[in-house]
Amino acid sequence: MTTLTRVIFSVCSILALAAPAFALQPPAGQSEFVPMNSLPPADQLPAAPLLIAAYAFVWIAVMVYLWSIWSRLGRVERDLQALQQRTGRGSTR
Amino acid sequence: MKKAFGPLLILTAAMFACAPFLIAAAPYEATMGLVQKIFYFHVPSWFAMFTGVFVCGIYSAIYLFRGTPAADRVAFASAEIAVVFGLMGLVTGPLWGRKSWGVWWQWDAHLTMALLVELIFIGYLLVRKYGGPGSEKLGAGVAIFGMANVPFVYVSANIWRTVHPPTSVVPTLKPVMAGPFWFCVSAFMLLFALLLMLRLRLENQRAALDALYLEEE
Repeated sequence: MTTLTRVIFSVCSILALAAPAFALQPPAGQSEFVPMNSLPPADQLPAAPLLIAAYAFVWIAVMVYLWSIWSRLGRVERDLQALQQRTGRGSTR
Repeated sequence: MKKAFGPLLILTAAMFACAPFLIAAAPYEATMGLVQKIFYFHVPSWFAMFTGVFVCGIYSAIYLFRGTPAADRVAFASAEIAVVFGLMGLVTGPLWGRKSWGVWWQWDAHLTMALLVELIFIGYLLVRKYGGPGSEKLGAGVAIFGMANVPFVYVSANIWRTVHPPTSVVPTLKPVMAGPFWFCVSAFMLLFALLLMLRLRLENQRAALDALYLEEE
């Protein structure tokens, strides 16, 4: 094997071994800033509707639960009063 | 307790009315931006949920060991409120996660265990509603088991790989963020106390009604 053949073989071997390393390189970085409104619609996710939905849910949940307790309490107190009148007892409140 | 209800209601309403202004004035978090402001209601709702779970668990233990019906009524009232606050946490969390993690939900240790505690207390309410006679003691056992899970939920964000921020976030908050956060925590705790007073009144009136029915029979 001549010296030239050895050099060519060595260079080819190194390139062949290095190929996977080149293939695993991260993609080239973004070379310019992309304005938010230029993103494709699938990549755009505005935060405000999520924030509003979260706060609205908390408010609605509190209101609905308060109303639920109040209506159940009203029903039980009506029943209690009716029963007290029927049995001739005074109010426990 | 009846006298405290009016002032407590006014104070809680005023705090909830002020909270959005304080949250709006708090600075944006560097990486998450606007959506991080869900944090000011999300974390306090879990604080209130865990308070409800501990009240329920402790009063359930008192009921189991002493047999006091009043303790059972406190536990039942507290469990229902804990479920409501847990639901708030479980809804507001994914709304935050969708923007900051890119997904609504991850089956990781912290999120799954939080869901599990919520399901245990929904189970508790179902046992109490449909369990028939003796469901009070069975429910008390379930509540103690549910309470035992809470420390694991808390530490799970620190000891297992999870997308959820660790619990070290809260103690290291900058004062401009810590102020509105602790204000919201106080508002949620007052709301918890208010709801507990109301819900407990409902349980006491139910007990009085049951006692009257029994006397009539």
